[in-house]
Amino acid sequence: MTPRVGVITFPGSLDDKDAARAVRLAGGESVSLWHADADLHSVDAVVLPGGFSYGDYLRCGAIAKFAPVMGKLVDAANGGLPVLGICNGFQVLTESHLLPGALTRNDHLHFICRDQKLRIENNSSMWTSNYEIGQEILIPLKNGEGGYVADEKTLDELEGEGRVIARYLEINPNGSRREIAGITNARGNVVGIMPHPEHAVEKLTGPTTDGLRFFTSLLTSLVNNGKVSA
Amino acid sequence: MAIVVVDVALKPEILDPQGRAIVGALGRVGLSGVVDVRQGKQFVLNIDGDVDKAKLDQIHEIAATLLSNPVIEDFTVQVRP
Repeated sequence: MTPRVGVITFPGSLDDKDAARAVRLAGGESVSLWHADADLHSVDAVVLPGGFSYGDYLRCGAIAKFAPVMGKLVDAANGGLPVLGICNGFQVLTESHLLPGALTRNDHLHFICRDQKLRIENNSSMWTSNYEIGQEILIPLKNGEGGYVADEKTLDELEGEGRVIARYLEINPNGSRREIAGITNARGNVVGIMPHPEHAVEKLTGPTTDGLRFFTSLLTSLVNNGKVSA
Repeated sequence: MAIVVVDVALKPEILDPQGRAIVGALGRVGLSGVVDVRQGKQFVLNIDGDVDKAKLDQIHEIAATLLSNPVIEDFTVQVRP
């Protein structure tokens, strides 16, 4: 059975189609979920895409966390459902307290859009298992509020438990503490990343295909966990 | 009719790049001596009827969950006389 991966569209989401395409290129079936949906349509995993949910009013991701579908998602994520939040999706995950810390205004105040080099530092999460630790990847980054912050104790915990999944290389594009580009929860099923793996899944449209492994990792993890058959 | 004001500000240890940009602008318009600016948000809630303790507790709860992000922000709630 092909794994069914939901992609939630909020009013103002931009990268939902790209995320769904990345799921399909990796071999999964993409399922469109709407912010007002009352349930998750029995999907095997969920991607929260990039964009500007609810116009980014109040704070990025702050209003999205109260969307009807999010109550179900938080419960399911706490129960082990794999969830990947990309860019705005990462902001939604921190606002929903599924991941620690917060994303704040870039320290230089400019919106940034560039191909960004990263180093993968964790390959035990459900979304990074097909990478090698230390592997360098190049994927697009585009954000205005991508500076990762958390208190020192939380940062120490994240590093001590190996929960930083990727770090910025060469430059720190937004003032993120300790060059953190992405993190996972302790269980490894919820991952947030500020750069965009879904924009680097095909030679024609991305700088590389380095992002595809986030999505193939998920499919591998689902098969290994017995959630779906190979 | 009652008015409740919720002020939200970044915690002191969180960098405020907008505040820093404002410090630069203040120098350019001739106000010297400003060493730091912190930019915050103010929510003015116009409320029909009285604000009793239950209502105020509810506003505190909402200030801590929707109006502010307690990871990076502090807030105060004041009932305007």
